[in-house]
Amino acid sequence: MSAYIIRRVWQMIPTMLGVVLLVFILFNTVGGDPAYVLAGKISSQEQIDNIRRQIGVDQPYYVQLGIFVKQIVTADFGASWSTNERVSNILATRLGPSLTVLVPLLVISTLIAIALALAVAYVRGSLTDRMVMIVCTVGLSISILVYIIVFQYFFAYKLGWFPVQGWGDSVSENLFHYALLPILIALVVSIAPNLRLYRTFVLDEINQDYVRTARAKGVSENRIMWIHVLRNASIPIITHLMSELPGLLLGAFLIERFFSIPGIGREVILAVERSDFPVIKAITVYVAFATIVSNLLADLTYKAVDPRVQLK
Amino acid sequence: MPHDIPLKSATLTPREVPHTVSPGLWTLAWRRLKTDYVGTVSLAIVAIFVALMILSGFGLIASDWSKETGVNYAPPSFLGADYEGGTPAAPAEPAAAPPTASEYKSQIVDPIGDVIAQLKAGKAPSEVPAAPAEEEKSVDPLADIMAEIRGGKGAKKEATAPIEERKATLPLGGDKWGRDVLKKTIKGSETSIFVGIASAIVATFLGTAFGALAGYYGRWVDDVFNWFYSVFSSIPYLLLVLAVAAVLQQKGILTIILILGLTGWTGTFRLLRAEYLKHKAREYVQAADALGASNVRRMFMHIFPNVSHVVLVQMSILVVAFIKSEVILSFLGFGVPVDVVSWGSMLNEAQNELILGKWWQLAAAGTAMAILVTAFALFTDALRDALDPKLKGRLGS
Repeated sequence: MSAYIIRRVWQMIPTMLGVVLLVFILFNTVGGDPAYVLAGKISSQEQIDNIRRQIGVDQPYYVQLGIFVKQIVTADFGASWSTNERVSNILATRLGPSLTVLVPLLVISTLIAIALALAVAYVRGSLTDRMVMIVCTVGLSISILVYIIVFQYFFAYKLGWFPVQGWGDSVSENLFHYALLPILIALVVSIAPNLRLYRTFVLDEINQDYVRTARAKGVSENRIMWIHVLRNASIPIITHLMSELPGLLLGAFLIERFFSIPGIGREVILAVERSDFPVIKAITVYVAFATIVSNLLADLTYKAVDPRVQLK
Repeated sequence: MPHDIPLKSATLTPREVPHTVSPGLWTLAWRRLKTDYVGTVSLAIVAIFVALMILSGFGLIASDWSKETGVNYAPPSFLGADYEGGTPAAPAEPAAAPPTASEYKSQIVDPIGDVIAQLKAGKAPSEVPAAPAEEEKSVDPLADIMAEIRGGKGAKKEATAPIEERKATLPLGGDKWGRDVLKKTIKGSETSIFVGIASAIVATFLGTAFGALAGYYGRWVDDVFNWFYSVFSSIPYLLLVLAVAAVLQQKGILTIILILGLTGWTGTFRLLRAEYLKHKAREYVQAADALGASNVRRMFMHIFPNVSHVVLVQMSILVVAFIKSEVILSFLGFGVPVDVVSWGSMLNEAQNELILGKWWQLAAAGTAMAILVTAFALFTDALRDALDPKLKGRLGS
């Protein structure tokens, strides 16, 4: 087991270096001299020179790459080009609001999608099944923008059930006041694709011999679905969940933007709007690292769920 | 290449004999597709959209979408005429950078807050239609209510004389500057579908080329492309797109096609690599090798036709995904330039119009997109079932 983990971590290194290289090429080579970007934002030439020196524009590329790697390792990307806030500080303070929305969303959405998938797969081929699938397909095709615009207008603006936007200081206020409508919208948007996917995972299992055997033994239908089938279907579900995890951090960026939630996603959009390269670089690299690590965690979770899995 | 000539005749003759006996893959697939009712209908809808795109691309329809033909915020014709003329906005205004949602709201919400509050009392809550609903059918019964509301609102506002030669109503309503929403939607479809198809072609081309090289050659070539793949797939897709958009400062249709195409090839690569791995050991490839066919010829003349159905399905999955991405990018202002209309930029305008109760642009762009995406997704499913019946039931997102 530990040998496996060490080997996997070892294998992660080339991928991580690749990400660093890709981001480096993108911002330092394709992006060109930051002076052009900065010229419109900062008036003092001295400051611009300072920033140019920081990322080593005049140096050869390998020195610039070295500076970039050092920034990543020490988590010190300097200050934002727009607000002058420390990038490390931006990341630290924006993570909380994002998680306040994402953690409840992930838990509720996964539970609902799994329960519905089991229920729908159980009555596969029936009118209910087909209706649910049609609703999912149509629901999927509507742009997330339309959901957000209409829900925000209708529930918050017209009916006044939720605040239109905003964010407070206390966690409970945020969670039970400001985050409610964003979570609700994200639920509506995320359940349809998840349900469709999980249903096929469950359907792959439901015709297996062990289900028939369990039924022949007289095991109750509830136990068959929730214990036998779910445990076997959970491997692809976990893969899917873990691979979605870091993407979700950004996936909510539209919602964060519409509801003025000061999270990571909104920060990315603001940074792109303002050409705030240090912030984008930092977020891209760290989110990519998080994805790589969570893929490893997914593989380790398999073992916990299914003892038959051999980690090689 | 002296080998080519005998080789061609050797492969052509035996192929022609069985052709009269058993139909090929594409004929069979077309037959299966024709029996699939859902597939046929969705293909027809997609074809209509593509035809609209081509017609509008050649300037045959909707070329005058930017002309301010109606009064500002002209309501859709089926709602009846509305008397609400306003001064036309300064032509420089559309060129301004799109403000963020929060900025816009703080400017707009307050001044009209009382107007809205008054309107609320008279409005039925079901007045805002769900976007996918067919507009004509769902809205008609509410026409009189809407007219009432509009009458009430018109009285509230400062009544300026309506500009002459401007229509009071437009088929699907008008936008802030009185431009025809129907024409905008058609023009917007042109942009969105063109971007979707063009970037899907770029992405599938890259994915196929990389996948073919990696799967066919194996060894270090495979390692290099796999490393490339794992690097690209470890950065969440939209983050990568936004990062590229941030670096490429200039906006434009070509830029957005390149952004989406260069970042979206990973899924196709994975599938095509597996297909090439599988096919390169097959007998027909060994036979081609024995006949002296070159590597490139084996890859693209022999193997490629046998995996082209995977490419086609991947491409149509990508078209849907890229249309959605384009809409989001354009909405955020990182997509098409301001003088080009797309569904995304329409939704951006509609977001602010909705607060004023002008829902028709939102409904038009949202419905058009929903219909196309549904039809395209169903068509993709049907296409996959027709091309590869073994895969039936498996879903691609």
